[in-house]
Amino acid sequence: MIGASLGAAAYERAPEISRILAGAGPVEDTRRARLSAKADAILTLSGIGISFGGVTALSDVDLEVKSGEIRAVIGPNGAGKSSLINIISGLYHANHGTIAIDGQPFARVPANRLARLGVARTFQNLALFGGLSVRDNIASGRVHTRHTSFVEHIAGLPRARREDAVIAEKTDQIVVFLHLEAVADRLVATLPYGLQKRVELARALVAEPKILLLDEPMAGMTATEKAEMAGFVRAARDRHGVTIILIEHDIGVVMGLSDRVAVLDYGRKIADGTPAEVRADPAVIRAYIGTAEGEASDELL
Amino acid sequence: MAVQALDAERLPIDWQKLALPAVLIAVAYGLIPTYASSYLVEAILLPFLALSLAAVGLNLLTGYCGQLSLGSSAFMAVGAFAAYNFNLRVEALPLVATMILAGISAAGIGILFGLPSLRLRGFYLAVSTLAAQFFVQWALTKFGWFSNDNPSGVISAPHLTVAGFSLDGPTGRYLLSVTMVIVLTGLVWRLVNSAIGRNFIAVRDNETAARVIGVPVLRTKLLAFAISSFIIGVAGVLWAFTYLRTVEPAGFNLDRSFQILFIIIIGGLASIRGAFLGAAFIVVFPLVLSRLGAFAFGGLFDSGVLDMSQRIVLGALIIIFLIAEPNGLSALFDRLKRRIGSRSS
Repeated sequence: MIGASLGAAAYERAPEISRILAGAGPVEDTRRARLSAKADAILTLSGIGISFGGVTALSDVDLEVKSGEIRAVIGPNGAGKSSLINIISGLYHANHGTIAIDGQPFARVPANRLARLGVARTFQNLALFGGLSVRDNIASGRVHTRHTSFVEHIAGLPRARREDAVIAEKTDQIVVFLHLEAVADRLVATLPYGLQKRVELARALVAEPKILLLDEPMAGMTATEKAEMAGFVRAARDRHGVTIILIEHDIGVVMGLSDRVAVLDYGRKIADGTPAEVRADPAVIRAYIGTAEGEASDELL
Repeated sequence: MAVQALDAERLPIDWQKLALPAVLIAVAYGLIPTYASSYLVEAILLPFLALSLAAVGLNLLTGYCGQLSLGSSAFMAVGAFAAYNFNLRVEALPLVATMILAGISAAGIGILFGLPSLRLRGFYLAVSTLAAQFFVQWALTKFGWFSNDNPSGVISAPHLTVAGFSLDGPTGRYLLSVTMVIVLTGLVWRLVNSAIGRNFIAVRDNETAARVIGVPVLRTKLLAFAISSFIIGVAGVLWAFTYLRTVEPAGFNLDRSFQILFIIIIGGLASIRGAFLGAAFIVVFPLVLSRLGAFAFGGLFDSGVLDMSQRIVLGALIIIFLIAEPNGLSALFDRLKRRIGSRSS
């Protein structure tokens, strides 16, 4: 069919494609060297497998994430990227394997303790609280630091007021950091899509997590919005030192932004390394061109 | 600097916001006790106040926290019968303490029947709260102890005294009722504007995201059930002690639960003002309809026809509201205010 012939054509142009991939953006080598020298893994997945009703979404996936790096996970549609992030955040429970977050091993990550473990995430499809203002949405990202009861809040006791003040200050900082001042008091549901994505990033960042999971943060954005978002993600790492795990469809963005890239295909990890290594890996080119031909070539060209 | 400037700008708006409640309180304590006829108090204001408070309670649970409940009238019944028994069995218990204990009893039952909400959502949860509705009515009828062995399960209001003042007259009961409503509504207003209220909304709008950012989802839901049931329980005491004076378990049936749900749908979900607007509508609407009907059709418009036409019009209105104005009278009110504001400026 059309897709297949397109795929075959793209396969013949493989060298050209890798040249395009290579041009996606330079990452300073010094920073990467510094990172690998500081080889403490903040998140380790070993032998992760999960299946849904007999369909295997992930099998035997290992992933090691070093503190302070931007780690991308890419792969064609249905490769298991979102399953992986949902397992790390405890929304799915893996059938096999263990996850170690900052040295603590888990067979099942407790989702309700995730924030206190120092992990924050965004969602592929927006998961904001439509009935709250932008500021309140962002402030909710620090809810795990609260210790006051409803009685203290109703009575307006000093402890509750202090807690509110601390959170308001952190929220204001993030609002400024992500340039959301102009819309801070608007209901989040009234914002355009790109801004809502940014509010979700803000809600995750205000928690001051050690690990930040971004599930397709640039999906559905315009090129300008993507570049802006990439800038914010990089700035978040550089300024707050947060470790970032990034799932993204846009390969150009991923290669320019990340320190290391893992590639999933049909639930297996087929490549792992620096953007340059992954780019040159024939298995990756085959996976992208052989399975998701239409989409992959759209993105590449 | 920028923050301070914003605060300074906000202050006059806050005064404007306080003006309306101040006027309402002046009317509630000045105008009404002095000038209102006993018909207005007994037939309109007392049911309006009790239903408003119940609707505020349900709005907390359904409007703010997103947990659909069809058991409101059961929690009203628990409040009413608990107050009756505390009053009967505990010597010299002050009326306000009785009401608070009744509210706490309703909160306990509310938590119990809120437990399914930890697993069930939306429509399925609503069906499970029906269990509260049927169980409470059954238990109050079945066990004579609750109504002090009255053969038909009827309870009568005790003498109402606060600090030595008798509040048995219409004005006294009105003052008791309006004070409880103002105090509890004030507390709910504080709650929904606090971090806890925002947790309620977070659970309503996206439970998964709420869980991941660390909102204690289970605790938040049960808290919503507890506080909501407390308030509905006190509303039940007002209903039984200040409005009807004599109630039976059958008076707290499913129809009443639906009525309170309709109040918050018509008035506006997640809006305290909506609970009052909706309750006013529900109380005044049948009276207006019966006057209009009698005017238009004379003797043909008897109580049977009234009841029927009331149901038809109410049903139609709910459908219209759900389609045309899902945010209820409260949103309609806002739009009207904006239009008037833009015309005058």
